[in-house]
Amino acid sequence: MKLDAKIPAGPLADKWSSYKEHAKLVNPANRKKLPVIIIGTGLSGASAAASLAEQGYPVTSFCFQDSARRAHSVAAQGGVNAAKNYQNDGDSVYRMFYDTLKGGDFRSREANVYRLAECSLNLIDQAVAQGVPFAREYGGYLSNRSFGGVQVSRTFYARGQTGQQLLLGAYQALMKQVDLKKVTLHTRHEMLDLVVVDGKAKGVIVRNLDSGEIERYAAPAVVIATGGFGKIYYLSTLAMGCNASAIWRAHKRGALMACPSWTQIHPTCLPQAGDYQSKLTLMSESLRNDGRIWVPKLKDEKREANAIPEEERDYYLERRYPSFGNLAPRDIASRAAKERIDAGFGVGKQRNAVYLDFSKVIKEQGIDKVKEKYGNLFSMYKKITADDAYAAPMKISPAAHFSMGGLWVDYELMTTIPGLFAVGEANFADHGANRLGANSLLQASVDGYFILPYTLANYLAGELKAEKITTKHPQFDLAEKEVKEQLAKLIKIKGTKTADDFHKELGKLLYDKCGLSRSAAGLKEAIAGIQVLRAAFYKELIVSGEPGEINAELEKAGRVADYLEISELMCHDALSREESCGAHFREEYQTPDGEALRNDEKFCYVSAWEWAGKDIEPVLHPEPLVFEFVKLSVRSYS
Amino acid sequence: MKINLLTSTLSRKNLMALTGLFLCFFLLIHLLGNLQLLLPAAKASEMFNWYSDLLSTNIFIMMISYVLYFCLIAHAVDALVITLKNKKTAAKYVYDDRKQVSKWYSRNMGILGSLLLIFLVIHFKDFWYVYKFGALPYDRNGHKDLYAIVVNAFKSWWYVLIYVLAMIALGYHLLHGFKSAVRTLGLYHPRYAGYVQVFGIFYSYALSIGFAIIPIYVHLTQFGL
Amino acid sequence: MKIHLKIWRQKDASTKGKLVDYDLDQVDQNMSFLEMIDTLNKQLILKGDTPVEFDHDCREGICGSCGMMINGQAHGPVPGLTVCQLHMREFAANETIYVEPFRALAFPVKRDLKVDRSSFDRIIQSGGYITANTGQPQEANAQLITHEIAEAAFDSAACIGCGACVATCKNSSAALFTSAKISHLVKLPQGKQEAAKRVLKMVAQMDAEGFGHCSNTEACEAKCPQGISVLNIARMNWEHLKAAIFKD
Repeated sequence: MKLDAKIPAGPLADKWSSYKEHAKLVNPANRKKLPVIIIGTGLSGASAAASLAEQGYPVTSFCFQDSARRAHSVAAQGGVNAAKNYQNDGDSVYRMFYDTLKGGDFRSREANVYRLAECSLNLIDQAVAQGVPFAREYGGYLSNRSFGGVQVSRTFYARGQTGQQLLLGAYQALMKQVDLKKVTLHTRHEMLDLVVVDGKAKGVIVRNLDSGEIERYAAPAVVIATGGFGKIYYLSTLAMGCNASAIWRAHKRGALMACPSWTQIHPTCLPQAGDYQSKLTLMSESLRNDGRIWVPKLKDEKREANAIPEEERDYYLERRYPSFGNLAPRDIASRAAKERIDAGFGVGKQRNAVYLDFSKVIKEQGIDKVKEKYGNLFSMYKKITADDAYAAPMKISPAAHFSMGGLWVDYELMTTIPGLFAVGEANFADHGANRLGANSLLQASVDGYFILPYTLANYLAGELKAEKITTKHPQFDLAEKEVKEQLAKLIKIKGTKTADDFHKELGKLLYDKCGLSRSAAGLKEAIAGIQVLRAAFYKELIVSGEPGEINAELEKAGRVADYLEISELMCHDALSREESCGAHFREEYQTPDGEALRNDEKFCYVSAWEWAGKDIEPVLHPEPLVFEFVKLSVRSYS
Repeated sequence: MKINLLTSTLSRKNLMALTGLFLCFFLLIHLLGNLQLLLPAAKASEMFNWYSDLLSTNIFIMMISYVLYFCLIAHAVDALVITLKNKKTAAKYVYDDRKQVSKWYSRNMGILGSLLLIFLVIHFKDFWYVYKFGALPYDRNGHKDLYAIVVNAFKSWWYVLIYVLAMIALGYHLLHGFKSAVRTLGLYHPRYAGYVQVFGIFYSYALSIGFAIIPIYVHLTQFGL
Repeated sequence: MKIHLKIWRQKDASTKGKLVDYDLDQVDQNMSFLEMIDTLNKQLILKGDTPVEFDHDCREGICGSCGMMINGQAHGPVPGLTVCQLHMREFAANETIYVEPFRALAFPVKRDLKVDRSSFDRIIQSGGYITANTGQPQEANAQLITHEIAEAAFDSAACIGCGACVATCKNSSAALFTSAKISHLVKLPQGKQEAAKRVLKMVAQMDAEGFGHCSNTEACEAKCPQGISVLNIARMNWEHLKAAIFKD
């Protein structure tokens, strides 16, 4: 299979406008004949649904939550980047493009990234018009902060709840279209299969989670906007319901998966306290602006943090990366923390954390100033841990956070199955091997508001004369039958281990072998381990209840079944990439001082994987990354 | 969607608030008038009877009194309608500890209001009805001698007690009612909402204590312990 | 530690439910309340019983999915928290804990602790938005909004739609939820164009869903995980009165 990213020709800055100028359009009168299915109502799904409905396409939206407002975009704290250069500090579309490309360790497409930076300008306008209460200066202009290791202030934010506010803006726009009957919204529905007819996406099979019924929906285009699958690590910053099922089932129907192993591990999360723990809460990265990260110099230190004198503390980020210090990018900060923890310098009861210390800033700026800046974060910390971070340092540890990988899409956000699109975190597009802070909200919004409405029209224009496929088509029968069989199979096992038990085991295995650092030996062990676990899953799983009713255990089991397959692909992906780049750190490929060693000669490509069948090794299709406009440099933060 | 402003929950509450605030205003005037009863007996008798006569003969005040009757009835009927609707929407918990987060009198305005309604029946029967339709002696200025009726009524300690208890109910009713009415009418400015709240507390105490003192004072000064 | 639970079990909306007793050993102080239910559920599954169904997702207090009455209080005894942020250290060993779903006429129980809060979505769709079709907006800094106004709008916009305000209200009123959205949008200059229509439609929808009157008891603010102020309700009342009087 030859992958064609369909990048428009021409100068970098003109590619997107040239695409828009030449893309095919659909006459307004014809749009109502071209329904669109959108899976997911997060920032990308809701914004896409609202924007397409405004243009006149009949949209059917699905989400597994009980309301479209609850998608996990809601939890993004930090902000959203845009190259507005309101601060007059030298920002520009090009600068933002370059920062994002470099932040992703040059493992993403120039054209995509440039478009992301370009569209960031409109996004802020759009969000403000919707009533997103971004932070403002006293005079009334929009305020910005610097975020995630860049040297300009381009992050727009609404306290620590930027994701919530952007999502509510998109949700409200979506609900308006629901009221106008332009969007049919099905909450509590989960996509369980993609229906492909003659090589094109034509519909989905979904399960109504409130009644257990299996339903069919047909449309000439299907958009997957189901977010990331970092929950595969079990302990992660993601919501309990986040899953890979929609993208994985699309993958098994022929859509290629790109770089699935590239997972961002966030450095500032609360450490695990016990086996019962279900998630790791993210503490905003903004804390690193003023907090200093350290571990004791002494192994197995028994003293309390405050009892350890200054000279016996190792501020390892400041030591290793003097120019960025505590603000080093996420992958670097996480890896450095893991390195210290693994070397036996971890703190806390489980020895699985590092200190994030605010004593210096409290001394310098006063406790009131710190309260004003971080009060809500400190009180959240206290709620969860019962500790007072004003009095003693916080304890933090890295946790899985964001999937850079996902369904492979071309410049038009279309997967390798014509008619199947993937937007937001569900696709692999703009972030390369590492996502910069405050770029995820941006990418999700830009995909939904500004890109998909053009590229989808370009595709649908060609579908106007195509044969109309209804849910009566035999492919729907087939897909529905398979879905029902799988559900029945999961319930019939009646073993002794719950889906969560398997999920926890898988998560631990994956975090150790295919997490912050990877090695060929470890990845091979992981693949073998996953295969054993998967076999055990189908022998020992226990799911209570029936398929035809509300059944959270059945939902979980289906998701874990998919995780047990995608995890193996993740390991293959990590194993095949014999270099270190961004979040992907291969122990064999590092510089003498422990930094990532990229190999642009051999691995300057996107790994796109084809499903070859059950228990058969996946097939790799590299999409070479061509850099016409920038020179690849080493991403050094020391 | 059909929007019927008359049956909206907010409009119903607006009616409660408007009638309630008018009653608040009336109560203040009523109290100021009644404070004359605290004067030395001879002076009180003369002033109070003159004042009562003025109220019952002045055409302007008579018009206001119809507004007052309307407000009383509307306030009570509206309250009944609202309470019935709330009974329908309200949830029942097997184990209910929601009382932790609100004041008891804010949750029991209906009961306080009903007590006040019973009190009003007594109050109207003993004074308003007697004054309007009863055979009253005249004082030396030719005014109906309501003062004598009032003093006589407060002769029995249990009657005084009913009054005092009713005024405690009134106090709590006002304590929530005044603030709630202002909110319902939409005073949302954080600073002024604060001032209004303080005024409401002061007003409620002043009114209930003011009204309660009168029967006690009359009883003690005229009949001793 | 050991705890006793009395959890509301109900098969579906049309079946009568009841409190069922469960004993749970080895509850860790640092467990969140939902992790405690996870632990219970695992035991139930292994025994062949049906686990307790409850809504939850982000488990960091922002998605608004979780919500239940714990010992008769919405989201449990600690103010400013959602259930997922409530930890077992707030309970004493051997304590009996009552767990019931959020209840209201407009929140029918779906199963166990899961309730149908789609009425909230319908209130929003009736008018809780600013119309700004994709691509139309002007430059973001073209309209100045002072810091104070932006912050005040945020205070109202922070609502997570969990429904605790309704569950804790003696009348099951949705005034706090509805008013938070109305005030958020009307405080901003871009939200003023549709203000009158918005408030009339949203209030009418709120009534149509079967929510009760607001008695200003302020219980909702006390139990709101985001601390949304009751002054939003006053603002809604004001906007409603204004719209009702000056409606053309």
